[in-house]
Amino acid sequence: MSNPRVVKVGDALNGFSRHTDLDNWNRYAAVNDEFVPIHMDDQAGQDAGYPSAFGMGNLQWAYMHNAVREWLAGDGEIKSLSCQFRAANLRNTTVTVKGVVTDVAQAEDGTSVTINLRTENDTGETLAPGAAVVLLYGVSS
Amino acid sequence: MNDTYLTDQMRGAVGRIYERLVSYPISVSDIRRWVIATYFPVEPPREFWDEEYAKQTRHGGIVAPHEFNPFAWIAQEPRRIPPRADSADINGIENALGIAGPEVNHVLNGGMDARYGAVRMRPGDVITSETAVESYEEKKGRLGVMLMTRSVSTWTNQHGEVVKSAYQTLIRY
Repeated sequence: MSNPRVVKVGDALNGFSRHTDLDNWNRYAAVNDEFVPIHMDDQAGQDAGYPSAFGMGNLQWAYMHNAVREWLAGDGEIKSLSCQFRAANLRNTTVTVKGVVTDVAQAEDGTSVTINLRTENDTGETLAPGAAVVLLYGVSS
Repeated sequence: MNDTYLTDQMRGAVGRIYERLVSYPISVSDIRRWVIATYFPVEPPREFWDEEYAKQTRHGGIVAPHEFNPFAWIAQEPRRIPPRADSADINGIENALGIAGPEVNHVLNGGMDARYGAVRMRPGDVITSETAVESYEEKKGRLGVMLMTRSVSTWTNQHGEVVKSAYQTLIRY
């Protein structure tokens, strides 16, 4: 039996990161049927008050899940995840998901871990603050 | 510029289900394509596309990622090909409720909140989603009055098990 994973407040996620532009967004539009001009056309982005077309909130949402799953590495499940979209993911920017463990508590069926999440762009500006609660199996804190 | 977009009709519609969708059975290919897009340009984790590998995982087979959308493009119910709009349907909620919507020009995704159930979505699952408006609220932003509409969708599988409760806030202005 492998040693239980040790998780403590302050632990950081690995930092899931993607350089983003139309090539990411068009692929996501294709699977989510999200062919909305603000995500494909600079003029439409400008008409909505932004400097260019910008990426889907749904795709940042997926990146957050990817980051948490990567950190879990099969040791647990995502129980909840939330975020607010505060700034646009503009073209030709790198989106990085950052996360820090803020709470570790024993639960009935494992260990409940709360993670403070956010996506940020190349300049460190927060695009979407959020949070996740995960359930880890057989973890000591 | 409007002082308010809220109407008594909109206030009265809070809590009413305005959309019910039933997905076609989820296919492994749906899941594979999803993760190729959401992990692009990096190879997605094997558990989402390699059935032999996935058998060895805790789930005993391929499961969909939590954020997977089984309703993209077309659903089993309502039984129709959805119109291929070239823009977001700004008043889609109120149109579905049979009431007048706000006279706005833009819609943005303000935020999302998902609470996941004990079961994951798997190939072969048929997912039902029922969505209602939870609240309407207005805020003043740099672009004027913004109407925040929070909706809640409950997703269940063909066994009646809750897959997730998903809250979404739309910002319209």
